[in-house]
Amino acid sequence: MRFYHRMASPPHFYALTEKLMPWISVIFLLMTGYGLYLGLFVAPPDYQQGESYRIIYIHVPAAWMSLFIYVVMAVCGGIALIWRMKLAEVVLISSAPIGASFTFIALVTGSLWGKPMWGTWWVWDARLTSELILLFLYLGVISLYGAIEDRKTAARAVSILAIVGVVNIPIIHYSVEWWNTLHQGPTISLTELDKPSIHVSMLIPLMLMATSFKFLYVMAMFQSARVEIIRREQNSQWVKKMLEERA
Amino acid sequence: MNWQEFFAMGGYGFYVWMSYGISLVVLLINFFLPVIQRKQLLRQLQLKQKRNKQS
Repeated sequence: MRFYHRMASPPHFYALTEKLMPWISVIFLLMTGYGLYLGLFVAPPDYQQGESYRIIYIHVPAAWMSLFIYVVMAVCGGIALIWRMKLAEVVLISSAPIGASFTFIALVTGSLWGKPMWGTWWVWDARLTSELILLFLYLGVISLYGAIEDRKTAARAVSILAIVGVVNIPIIHYSVEWWNTLHQGPTISLTELDKPSIHVSMLIPLMLMATSFKFLYVMAMFQSARVEIIRREQNSQWVKKMLEERA
Repeated sequence: MNWQEFFAMGGYGFYVWMSYGISLVVLLINFFLPVIQRKQLLRQLQLKQKRNKQS
């Protein structure tokens, strides 16, 4: 319990992000470099879609991240509401713009992939529409937090919004199975992990990129959390001490 | 395979490279914008601290 409290204290978390950043960056760069090399140079073209399928190495990891980050935010919202943990609020609000960015990337790359393959930039099918709603949920969290001046009330409001919005996540995930959509079925299914529908030479770079995007999320979230922590703690002793040391 | 062929992506070059390019820009912004914001915030707070000391 003491460990938990120490971890969750803002100055400790701030110092931790500083210490971890170089390690995470190195792992991220190596993994991304290798993943892109395998995905763009080594993996063969798709037998149906030719070279255009290479968008998958961004599109699918970004779409996974858009769901993953929202779930992280909802969990943080729960922790913030139940235990009043400040750090959970910080992680929630710092994650929102990154989640919105990954959702935006999933939508744009999907559009750029859809044009040559389906002949259209956009269709109002279940998968695309529910992903667009996810973007609006992220933007809702960001603007709600910005609109309420009192930080405590703002944090509570976005926690509730994050938790309520999480119902959209299974809808996005199962949309390609529940409805007849133009969007293709899942490349990798949780219930059929042992038999993915793509060849291993394409699967490995996809998994590398998915992992590299997780690291990227952590890096961006840490950077954003550092700003939020200083803003919240600007009158505390440790921030004042840090400012004096900087001068 | 030569580089020209690689960039052409079998005729899908525009779609593939636009995807990679837009994603790169958006992700770079996500990482570096908070770094700039933090430096600005720290500078602001430092000024405030200096002013408080003088008064």
